[in-house]
Amino acid sequence: MASHASYEDSKKAVWKGLGLLAAVTVAEVILSLLKAQDWAKDMQPIFIGLAILIIVLSVYKAYFIIYEFMHMAYEVKGLALTVLLPMGLLVWGVIAFFYEGDAWKGNREEINKRNRIEAPIQSGSTGAITPAQDDLIIG
Amino acid sequence: MAAETDLLVEHDAHAEHHQPEGGWEGGDSKPFATSYGKLMMWYFLLSDAFTFSGFLIAYGTLRISSPSWPVPDAVFATAPFGIHELFPGGHAPLIFVTFMSFLLIISSGTMVRAVQEGARENKRGVVFWMLLTVIGGAGFLGCQAWEWNNLINVEHMTVTTNPFGTYVENGVYLDPETGEPTDEAVVAGETYLMHKAGESHGEGHEGEAHFEYPTTATDAAGYMVDDRGYIHRKFLVSDGFDAGATKTQEFGPSAFGALFFGITGFHGFHVLTGVGFLLIILINAGSGVYAARRNGYEMVEKIGLYWHFVDLVWVFVFLVFYLL
Repeated sequence: MASHASYEDSKKAVWKGLGLLAAVTVAEVILSLLKAQDWAKDMQPIFIGLAILIIVLSVYKAYFIIYEFMHMAYEVKGLALTVLLPMGLLVWGVIAFFYEGDAWKGNREEINKRNRIEAPIQSGSTGAITPAQDDLIIG
Repeated sequence: MAAETDLLVEHDAHAEHHQPEGGWEGGDSKPFATSYGKLMMWYFLLSDAFTFSGFLIAYGTLRISSPSWPVPDAVFATAPFGIHELFPGGHAPLIFVTFMSFLLIISSGTMVRAVQEGARENKRGVVFWMLLTVIGGAGFLGCQAWEWNNLINVEHMTVTTNPFGTYVENGVYLDPETGEPTDEAVVAGETYLMHKAGESHGEGHEGEAHFEYPTTATDAAGYMVDDRGYIHRKFLVSDGFDAGATKTQEFGPSAFGALFFGITGFHGFHVLTGVGFLLIILINAGSGVYAARRNGYEMVEKIGLYWHFVDLVWVFVFLVFYLL
């Protein structure tokens, strides 16, 4: 920050930046605690909306740390691009792996379902039951 | 810059034979108008970002593939000195880990101040702000040590055993003494911690304070103690396919412990090495090594980049493990 503003200004900018990061972190924690409340869990759109909002806030924190604290904003554009563009590969990484993870879960549920069709239902069952894992909620 | 900083190169008559580019600094041409060291630090950080991303994506994939996952608010709800006891229900969800985040964020801020003082060639300023940064980093490590100790020795989570399970159906607990259904509800999506018989633990133990579980393997009507001493309570399922059946608390997804200790450990190791390098550079700065180089304490700038990166990674570890 030394190159674009006076010493006093850039000193102030550090504390302002710290305040911003702290405020965003507090906001994230509050949203996360809201998200864990029972009423939020019962309303899927609100739950997902809060989760997305928290992710957006975290990405904003990352942007602020890279561009201000690490001075990326004051580097040559080519440097920023060679560092940041490869990160784009991760977007595909997230999509591909999360899709795969969801498929594993789907396969497991399918197997549980078929097991129930083939096995006779035990009447008045107590005790040993295979861990049936359906109707699942990811917390 | 090489002539000023590296006396060996300056006086080596044969330097151009074995170092056609002029030496370690990479010669006069500066790609992206920055120094060799800073550029390489950026690319190292890029590669490290990919390593961490790989770990965090693995966490997300396994979490999505699991039928249930421990709720972070329930898992990370303790704090040192019994501070969590002051909160309603004896749980302080995410409070301690938020404090840890603040420590890292603040140490990132003090690091920026150190770099600024370095640019002004102010040795005392650099040493002062770097010292505060080291204290912040060491404080973070201390907090992480407490958190790990609590998880391992009090809550008995290990790399392979995860006593934090999550119910996938509704029902009621059975009374451990009689095996009869109680009015204590089992709620789908709620995370429970299986305690070890005969050991004290950090959290409240609602509704079963007066019952002493045996420490040897037992399978009673209302509970089960496995051969490692974990207490599995039994409950009556009230909905879903298995309505009417009695089930036993299961361990949570075992990948949780491995991922938690692996990833926060890898990050903690970065913090540890960061504190080490900060100390080395702090001592060098204090003894005038960088003042002699007259390049605006560039080494402080480089370790600053690394330190901010450690903070940056924590933003995402915090997001993935604690917030979501």
